[in-house]
Amino acid sequence: MIDAKNIIAKRIAKELHDGDVVNLGIGLPTLVANYLPEGVDITIQSENGVLGVDAAPEKGKEDPDLVNAGGKHITIRKGASFFDSATSFLIIRGGHVDAAVLGALEVDEKGNLASHMVPGKMVSGMGGAMDLATGAKKMIIGTLHTNDGKPKILKKLTLPVTAVGVVKLIVSEMAVIEVTPGGLLLKEIAEGTTVEAVQAATDAELIVSPNLGTFSVQ
Amino acid sequence: MKNKVIPISEAIDKISDGATIMVGGFLCVGTPQGLIDGILAKGIKNLTIISNDTGIPGMGISKLIAAKVVKKVITSHIGTNPETGKQMMAGTLDVELVPQGTLAERIRAAGAGLGGVLTLTGIGTEVANGKQTLVLNNRTYLLELPIRADFALVGASIADTFGNAFFNGATRNFNPLIATAADTVIVEAKKIVEPGEIDPNMVMTHGIFVDCIVRSNSND
Repeated sequence: MIDAKNIIAKRIAKELHDGDVVNLGIGLPTLVANYLPEGVDITIQSENGVLGVDAAPEKGKEDPDLVNAGGKHITIRKGASFFDSATSFLIIRGGHVDAAVLGALEVDEKGNLASHMVPGKMVSGMGGAMDLATGAKKMIIGTLHTNDGKPKILKKLTLPVTAVGVVKLIVSEMAVIEVTPGGLLLKEIAEGTTVEAVQAATDAELIVSPNLGTFSVQ
Repeated sequence: MKNKVIPISEAIDKISDGATIMVGGFLCVGTPQGLIDGILAKGIKNLTIISNDTGIPGMGISKLIAAKVVKKVITSHIGTNPETGKQMMAGTLDVELVPQGTLAERIRAAGAGLGGVLTLTGIGTEVANGKQTLVLNNRTYLLELPIRADFALVGASIADTFGNAFFNGATRNFNPLIATAADTVIVEAKKIVEPGEIDPNMVMTHGIFVDCIVRSNSND
């Protein structure tokens, strides 16, 4: 049995294709790299200026000059490269990133994303999220379905918007939901849950796919 | 070629209260720690800081925030230094949040002599408030203006005495950009070598942008 975050990361990993350039956000999205299907080789971009990010180093072998955008020590793959922040965001904004996986505070049925502040409470700043959300070819949100029992997938955002209409796919520990022009399409539910349970935990109305599938929570 | 190496105290003496300062580094990687310590030691205050983030508690720019010598920060991310958010909520620190790619490009525009940047980033968000937009090829772009500073504090891995600099690994980030967009550019180098010792192909900041070089006294 794996925890909710790893269930989400494992399911998102199936969305990536061999050869993709992928940016994985801080936290949960970073876990996606641990679950890549066999034969899927991706290049991970980190917005602080690295292409070809690899796993964390063994303890004691950290290089202070090698970190990811979360400030965590990394190693790099053969063929990796470094660049400055202008080039990094040229890669991101210019459509050279195939998929970005980010977390969210809220997502709504129009594909709007809120991830950078809760007015009066938490302000972290958008970092690279606004550029990534705008520039990546496919924007995947990996998020717990609810926060303290409250839905995070809403009809309409309540928090300040980070990017407008950019989210293509939402993956939670309960469901895989595609953002379509007609609304949120429920494509898969987690093994052991029900459509009713997913809808009850979701503020926005879900359109159930006629080909509804399930995904593993192991 | 002119030798621009000076003692760190002499470099700090150029900076006065109220200065606008760009600082290189990303979560303290590539941040010139010795220059930050020098500013603190001299008690320079009322600073405006332009940087990717506001550091990690106990390191980098967070030391300036903690000492309350900063009146404004222009940055993309403050989440790693809770003190910044605290002072912002208390109304004692002005925080202008800029998307990271936009911040990089605004600095680059200033250094490159461009009038501004047109970007899709920030459209429909609070970042667009009060800014001009332009419709080109049926897409609405936000006009972002160049951003300059009085000083740029650059953290280099190796610099020659003329100011050609090399940044190792992920230390490059905003450093080469800020080196082009400030009136006075100070490079803090972990290693200082003679001109010619850095392969010209490996020069990432060109000596012509640099006013002075100091030796890093930090082991970070």
